[in-house]
Amino acid sequence: MDILHYTEAHEAFRKRLREFCEKEITPHVEEWEANHIVPKSAWKAMGREGFLCTNAPAAYGGHGLDFLYSVIVAEELARTNHTGLAAPLHSDIVVPYIVSYGSEEIKKKYIPGCTSGDIITAVAMTEPDAGSDVAAMTTIAVEEGDEVVINGSKTFITNGINADLVVVAAKDPAAENPHQAVSLYIVEDGTPGFTRGRHLEKMGFHSQDTAELFFTNCRIPKGNILGEKNSGFIMLMEKLQQERLICAVMAQFAVEIMVEAVVGYCKGTKDTTGKPYSKHQAVNFQLVEMMTDAHIGRVFMEKLVADHMEGKNVVRETCMAKYWHTDLTQKISNQVLDLIGEEATAERSLILRGWRDLRVLPIFAGTNEIMKLVVGKMSGL
Amino acid sequence: MDFTLTKSQKEIQKAVRDFVKGEFDKDMGLDLEKERAYPAEVLAAACDLGFIGIHFPEKYAGADLGLFENCLIGEELCRKDSTLGLALMLTGYGAECVLRFGNDAQKEKYLPVVAEGKAFSAAAFLEAGQGFDLRTVQATARKEADGWVISGAKTLVLNGGSAGFYVVLCRTDDAAPTPDGRLSMFVVDADLPGISCQDAGRRMSCNMLSAADVTFDSVKVGADALLGTEGKGFAQVNAYFNELRVVLAALAVGIAQGAYEKALDYIKQREQFGKKLVEFHITWHKVADMAARIECARTFAYRAAWTFDQGKLDAGLAAMAKMTAAKTAVAVAYEAIQLYGGYGFMTEYEVEHFYRDAKFIDLFCGAVGVQKDVIAGTIVGKIK
Repeated sequence: MDILHYTEAHEAFRKRLREFCEKEITPHVEEWEANHIVPKSAWKAMGREGFLCTNAPAAYGGHGLDFLYSVIVAEELARTNHTGLAAPLHSDIVVPYIVSYGSEEIKKKYIPGCTSGDIITAVAMTEPDAGSDVAAMTTIAVEEGDEVVINGSKTFITNGINADLVVVAAKDPAAENPHQAVSLYIVEDGTPGFTRGRHLEKMGFHSQDTAELFFTNCRIPKGNILGEKNSGFIMLMEKLQQERLICAVMAQFAVEIMVEAVVGYCKGTKDTTGKPYSKHQAVNFQLVEMMTDAHIGRVFMEKLVADHMEGKNVVRETCMAKYWHTDLTQKISNQVLDLIGEEATAERSLILRGWRDLRVLPIFAGTNEIMKLVVGKMSGL
Repeated sequence: MDFTLTKSQKEIQKAVRDFVKGEFDKDMGLDLEKERAYPAEVLAAACDLGFIGIHFPEKYAGADLGLFENCLIGEELCRKDSTLGLALMLTGYGAECVLRFGNDAQKEKYLPVVAEGKAFSAAAFLEAGQGFDLRTVQATARKEADGWVISGAKTLVLNGGSAGFYVVLCRTDDAAPTPDGRLSMFVVDADLPGISCQDAGRRMSCNMLSAADVTFDSVKVGADALLGTEGKGFAQVNAYFNELRVVLAALAVGIAQGAYEKALDYIKQREQFGKKLVEFHITWHKVADMAARIECARTFAYRAAWTFDQGKLDAGLAAMAKMTAAKTAVAVAYEAIQLYGGYGFMTEYEVEHFYRDAKFIDLFCGAVGVQKDVIAGTIVGKIK
């Protein structure tokens, strides 16, 4: 029995998206990697074809489709061997904050643009001295009349350069409990006092415009708050399940693509007697083990997707999956390079990019150490 | 059994530590790697101090010292900066083939220029789609009255395009009863007509050094280009690899040590949840794992180098040391990135290049599968 039920509509969507990626994305990936950014026109093309915000409600301009479409987008984008066009982050991590916690006005104002690709979003939580320890953030938001004034800096912000809209986490300096002091605000590109710092150079994610963001007496309308004041942590917690599930989904697809590539390589490369590597027993067993890992990962991931779609609370399990699946990307990508050997040390081998890009998965969206802390706590350890 | 370094070895170690303090600069390293440019001045300074080719005979601009001393230098260079360290240590990639198998004239011609930093060398062994079996080499050297004619295409040749000479592995006898006997080794001047290089682009590591696909199109060389014995090319490559693997093990130890020390510095100052990272129990165990693995790898590498200097060619030991040390460097640098968190993925915090350089060593000169084949071969014999 299939765990996930892809309908004909899902498959038609997938086919259309795959063709789109082959035509509109893959041919440009090398250029985007070199430029360290994806042009906004690519986001607009994604939006125009209906591949952004598939899960956002139709009443506000989204597509109102189920979460399986998000999974399909993550899978097809994983096949493009680049990370710059971070649509899953936009559609399934940032925009849901607006959908769930934005006022009617905010939702009507922004969701159509997010869906069309005219508005690219980012979420700004991490700070130079507040990574895993979110409560240690020092960015502050103070109400002044009809406005909120934000001061502080954020770092490692995905889509940081391209972002037209940033969901910013900031603290109320008057609040005593640091866990009941954080609010989420929408800051638009062009707001005076909102500037972007350096475009950060990284081991991987080269087409991703990761950046620092600075807020200096940045004034926004009071209505740009998401949810209740000082309830930021609760909102973040509520959204963790989907955020971490998306990470696990991305990791699982990366693993499957890597395994597929190395199986192809080992079948196609022959030794001096004409015997393919895949028939060398130790290689053969290693490939079998990798395929088994990928299969276990697939079953775990699909079960969580199904539970999530049924509305079950699987925060604990998605934290397990975030750490387990992203760790698996490390094990598999290293084994894949080991099997290919020296030729995989060249960027032109393309498999190398996967290895470089994937290294951040056990770090971002909460390090895997944090995942274990959360699972430990939730398990009563 | 004495595990201490000799006075002279300690002096060499200290000289390298002083050298890197004065000559290595973080921004210079990051810039050169990005621009794919070579630290020529640093190499010149290293050559002046005799760090390059220290294991060459004195009459060829070396110091007549052992592989052990060469390893100590490599370890300390990579410990300070893995990328600059590799750039210095791999300028003479393949030169040991001349050192070990060359005649006096070949040594005179090719070794001093490497030790003095006047020429790079490049081992041109690998061919496209070859995977891990060098016996599948397709490049040929055809014997003529006054020498050889070399034809073939080598892939991803480190120092290709910038080397002064190539050490090339070619087929010389298709009729040899075993694949092992088909191959011979040649040393070829890089400026000969018929040699062309195509840049291989960026790589995961060693971008300060060039890499190219090198094509030999009916390159005429003299009879004196044959390096070592005709038909013994494969055996010579393996012997060279034994030596190279010991050096790579030492470089890996340096990479691991450098990444570990960076991580230690970081966890002592980085605070999260009101505590230094070093105060977390899980950090303790990560540190313990890193330290234990480095200790194991270093002991292994030193013993392999010492054994080599005793005149014992132990292929299994060299492969074990390379495999163990490379995996250690990969694991330690990986953990260093993890301890740094998001910063670890950022180029300017350096640990990410230690990780890339570690993985390069892991894949270079045979990835883990090749090393296991070599090790098992020495224990249970060749698979027929």
